[in-house]
Amino acid sequence: MSAAPKDVAAQLTGVGLSYGKTRALEDITLEFPTDSIVGLIGPDGVGKSSLLALVAGARALQDGQLQVLGGDMASARHRSRVCPRIAYMPQGLGKNLYNTLSVFENVDFFARLFGHDRLERHRRIAELLQVTGLASFANRPVGKLSGGMRQKLGLCCALIHDPDLLILDEPTTGVDPLSRRQFWGMIDNIRANRPGMSVIVATAYMEEAAGFDWLVAMDAGRVLAHGTPEELLSRTETETLDAAFIALLPEEARAGHHGLFIPPRTVEAKDGYVIEAENLTVRFGDFTAVDSVNFQIRKGEIFGFLGSNGCGKTTTMKVLTGLLEPSAGSAQLFGQPIDFRDIGVRKRIGYMSQSFSLYSELTVRQNLALHARMFSLAPARIAPRIEEMADMFDLTTVMDALPGALPLGIRQRLSLAVAMIHDPDILILDEPTSGVDPIARDGFWEILIDLSRNHGVTIFVSTHFMNEAERCDRATLMHGGRVLVSGVPEAIRQGCGASTLDDAFVYHLKQAIGEPENTPEETLSSTRAAPRQKQPNRLFSPQRMFGYTKREALELKRDPIRAALAMVGSLLLMLVVGYGINLDVEDLSFAALDYDQTTTSRDYIAQISGSRYFTQQPPLQDHRDLDRRMRRGEISLAIEIPPGFASNLARGRNVEIAAWIDGAMPIRAETVVGYVQGIHAHWLIETARQTYGDRAIEGAYDLEVRYRYNPDVLSLVAMVPAIIPLLLMLIPAMLAALSVVREKELGSIVNLYVTPVTRLEFLLGKQLPYILIAMISYALMLIFAIYIFGVPLTGSLATLTLGALVFVTISTGMGLLISIFMRSQIAAIFGTALATLIPSVQYGGIIDPVSSLEGVGAVIGQIYPTTHFVTIARGTFSKALEFDDLATSFLPLLIAVPVLTGLGVLFLRKQAS
Amino acid sequence: MNLSNIWALGVKELRGLMRDPVLMVLIFYAFSLSIYTSSKVMPETLNKAAISVVDEDRSQVSRRIADAFYPPYFVPPKLITQPEMDARMDAGIDTFALNIPPNFQRQLLGGHRPVLQLNVDATRITQAFTGAGYIARITDAEISEYLGRHRSQPAIPVNLTLRSRFNPDLNKQWFGAISNVITAITLLSIVLTGAALIREREHGTVEHLLVMPVTSLEIMTSKVWSMALVVLMAAGAAFVVIVQGFLNVPIPGSLPLFLGATVLHLFATTSMGIFLATFAGSMPQFGMLLVMVFLPLQVLSGGLTPRESMPDAIQYIMLAAPDTHFNIIAQAVLFRGAGIDVIWPQMVTLTLIGAVLFWVALRRFRGFLQ
Repeated sequence: MSAAPKDVAAQLTGVGLSYGKTRALEDITLEFPTDSIVGLIGPDGVGKSSLLALVAGARALQDGQLQVLGGDMASARHRSRVCPRIAYMPQGLGKNLYNTLSVFENVDFFARLFGHDRLERHRRIAELLQVTGLASFANRPVGKLSGGMRQKLGLCCALIHDPDLLILDEPTTGVDPLSRRQFWGMIDNIRANRPGMSVIVATAYMEEAAGFDWLVAMDAGRVLAHGTPEELLSRTETETLDAAFIALLPEEARAGHHGLFIPPRTVEAKDGYVIEAENLTVRFGDFTAVDSVNFQIRKGEIFGFLGSNGCGKTTTMKVLTGLLEPSAGSAQLFGQPIDFRDIGVRKRIGYMSQSFSLYSELTVRQNLALHARMFSLAPARIAPRIEEMADMFDLTTVMDALPGALPLGIRQRLSLAVAMIHDPDILILDEPTSGVDPIARDGFWEILIDLSRNHGVTIFVSTHFMNEAERCDRATLMHGGRVLVSGVPEAIRQGCGASTLDDAFVYHLKQAIGEPENTPEETLSSTRAAPRQKQPNRLFSPQRMFGYTKREALELKRDPIRAALAMVGSLLLMLVVGYGINLDVEDLSFAALDYDQTTTSRDYIAQISGSRYFTQQPPLQDHRDLDRRMRRGEISLAIEIPPGFASNLARGRNVEIAAWIDGAMPIRAETVVGYVQGIHAHWLIETARQTYGDRAIEGAYDLEVRYRYNPDVLSLVAMVPAIIPLLLMLIPAMLAALSVVREKELGSIVNLYVTPVTRLEFLLGKQLPYILIAMISYALMLIFAIYIFGVPLTGSLATLTLGALVFVTISTGMGLLISIFMRSQIAAIFGTALATLIPSVQYGGIIDPVSSLEGVGAVIGQIYPTTHFVTIARGTFSKALEFDDLATSFLPLLIAVPVLTGLGVLFLRKQAS
Repeated sequence: MNLSNIWALGVKELRGLMRDPVLMVLIFYAFSLSIYTSSKVMPETLNKAAISVVDEDRSQVSRRIADAFYPPYFVPPKLITQPEMDARMDAGIDTFALNIPPNFQRQLLGGHRPVLQLNVDATRITQAFTGAGYIARITDAEISEYLGRHRSQPAIPVNLTLRSRFNPDLNKQWFGAISNVITAITLLSIVLTGAALIREREHGTVEHLLVMPVTSLEIMTSKVWSMALVVLMAAGAAFVVIVQGFLNVPIPGSLPLFLGATVLHLFATTSMGIFLATFAGSMPQFGMLLVMVFLPLQVLSGGLTPRESMPDAIQYIMLAAPDTHFNIIAQAVLFRGAGIDVIWPQMVTLTLIGAVLFWVALRRFRGFLQ
């Protein structure tokens, strides 16, 4: 099994990767040593993330060979064998976490996937949360955590199963200095406890990389150099890694890079304050996010906003942009209180939010153009301005790419370009350089400095990079919604006697928190003693399946509206549709064109107007009147009685009465035909009786019509048992239809790729809660049908219930299958409506019997599951049938269950491709 | 209102749509194959009603009766036995079973008034009544003709000639095709606007829009026009290519007038999509809401069963639904060839419904954004 030498964690030979036409990785040959921290460094978009995703098994290998932990990653068997030993934390602030679940529930979910028992899970979770300082937030939904806390939680989830290979993709991007120190402290501690564990990290922080054992410098999909940090430094004859990296770059990439020079700001007293906050306070419920914050920023100043994650920086910025209203205190821009509706002010502000918020469906160029238009740039200015921004932010090569396909750093540059496209007077930038590589960051600051010094743009910027904070004219450090310290960066550093601003930052934060840093040595010691978990059954593990069941159920629980809609909604629809689809047509409008005007003709018309089916309209004048009124839809039936009707009849001559029917709606017209013929026949008999006496109408035979199962031919009795299948198809399918595509759209699908969960466990696990909800809604509908609609259940309840169980398994399975195929949630919703609603109503035998259907639809009707469950429902409700009578309807349903699940497993991908 | 913003944002919506090929395929499917198959499936009048005959007489007259049922109105009847009859009806194979008792012919000729028994599966409401009527007339005609050779009976010489206007054969496919297009129009316009709005919020792009100098009215109007345009084009193409072309439905009315009414309808349904999206917190909730709203729209707007047959309360409630009026317009314009003089009340109502929905949606949309 062990083809690679023991001290190699991963071995790449000639590995290449393409996304469409773009080549992300080219001929990578590398060996990652075990028992060490390996850093991947390099600018954005050079293939670091792709490389990590390949090693983690999250992405399918295209070219070359890849051996990880002694086996070939191209083999699915090996992947499933080693994936419990690999932990992968993808890029992007906890993208693989579930927002509605709490911190504890997220970790617990991962622990289940890796097969720990309950006690062990709880012990490990408690420990990890303790170490990461998340313990006090254990019950907080992840959606409400700040970026840094999400990163820490992501690490907890990655570490839950004692991996041998830990793969971290920019784990500290967007994390404040204190948390970053704690984070690396944790990693060191874990490594100390788990000798032999390898860690591969992609990072944008060179100071972090300097502490790693071994580095790989990458550029443009290739490896530039690798070796220990010292080797790299000595090879390039440079002092710092930043410099070393720049020296390693090819000539053209290096061009134009030079040290950053910040001209001193010339403060002019006449420059008023552009941004002001006075006792600014924002509360969410009883949580105070921003607590009496004061600041005054002059025109052209660069104001740095620092602080731990979740300290209220973003909230403050949202107030300044008008997205939030302060609970107390005030904020002013340009000396005016902020008015959200003032479009004029909005045009003077450029805002870049922390999370990427541009349109991923528009190309880079289209995004820029859209924003240029929104900010009312003159049409002639738009194209040159876009070119200008593209040059400034080095976006020229990606102008026609979609942002989703770009690495984080380039997306950040795009966001910034968008925020600046309209030459704003104020720039409000929320961590604009998170995930941006050092060279790009310097270039970026050059722009900011130019804007500030030469164009008088006021810049309000938050950052976690202390070297950036040093470049600000003034900086403010926040924690827990309060300002800890504010002033010129150098003064802040000296104020606490620290050697670097980083240390000063940590010093102030620790002061504020008021407790010593945890000593991870102690808290994690028990991990050492933890026995290695026995590998759970590889083929099928109920525990992993229930892991997903629990997750899905929790999500449903957190969204009670959805579950309630599913259950109450089905009852509501049942009422509306049950009473609404009534096939007894009454009150049809008719008018007569009576050319005869005799007692006999009036008698004939009275027959029709006297029946409860028709209501008589004013008589018709002539054929044109008939035509006009029928065209307007005023009458459904016109009766024309010819002149001489009565006299001809009396002489025994043949007479013709014409009935004109509005055929626009055939189903109504057919009913009209039936009624008219019935009335006509009755009139004939009555007339014959009057003319020839009773004997004349005596028939030669009798036709006895027995309306079976529904003797009164009530629409309700026919429809209610058919509506239950209809709703049990629609609603469960719609519930399940979003569950997979949603994970794809929001990014958590990566958990399927890199954890031991199998596709079958994943699908069945997700399906179970929906089956349960569907069965509850079935029970409610059954009660409604019997007690509210008064439709008796004459057959076997057990058979009906069994049928319902099989049927909802199918409908949820169909929803999941659609979900697997679709790329977006919109498509999934639309697709589900098309695949369930229309066929169920049209082909399911609810209105027209399947045996009368035609063409392709008839074939669909024969195999569509609703058809068979309609038969079962009508059979058990109205026909007093038992299981044996309905076995032929159960068979196709029972076949459909494994077929749908099988197709789901077949089409679901266990790797990104 | 800045028209340039509305234009630019609308173009953005259209580009976003192009980026989802699966969705494009679904739209294509909804307006082509889906309409075609689900229209073709409709039985033309009382079509292929499943009938079996239990012939216990095996006489000349009983054979005559059995042979009188033939396609397209009936499937060729199966000759079955009494026990088979119950089983087949239980399984839903037969809708009708005609039982001709032993010695039927002899008793008939002897004037003893024998009894024919017709069993009807009354859970098949659509066929039960009309079918029973047909069968009664067919047996009557056969028996009368058979007896006509044996004895004569006085009769009233009045014939009822039935003529069906606008759709002489009462071909359900014509009607089905139109109501399928309407279904697709409503479904797609609600989904596209509503789900697109929720996606923007889930991806944080709405927040971004808000700090820009655009008003919520502009954002909403851009969504309405762009998505309505997509659906309008799809619907227009579906009419010409699928309904008139492949399905061969003769449309005597004015297609431009109908498309004009479609614009009004789309104004209402796209606003409704946004309205629903402001209620739904997330895409899964929107999916549920869509079912809640769309099913009644489809079933109760008069496109599936006649409005006259619905309880009064439902008829009144459904007057608030744009689909009801749109269905009335479609039937009037497309089949009866009615002009604007006939459908203007519906057009005014549609505009009103659209305006109210748009206004309410706009108000909620502002709240939804903050």
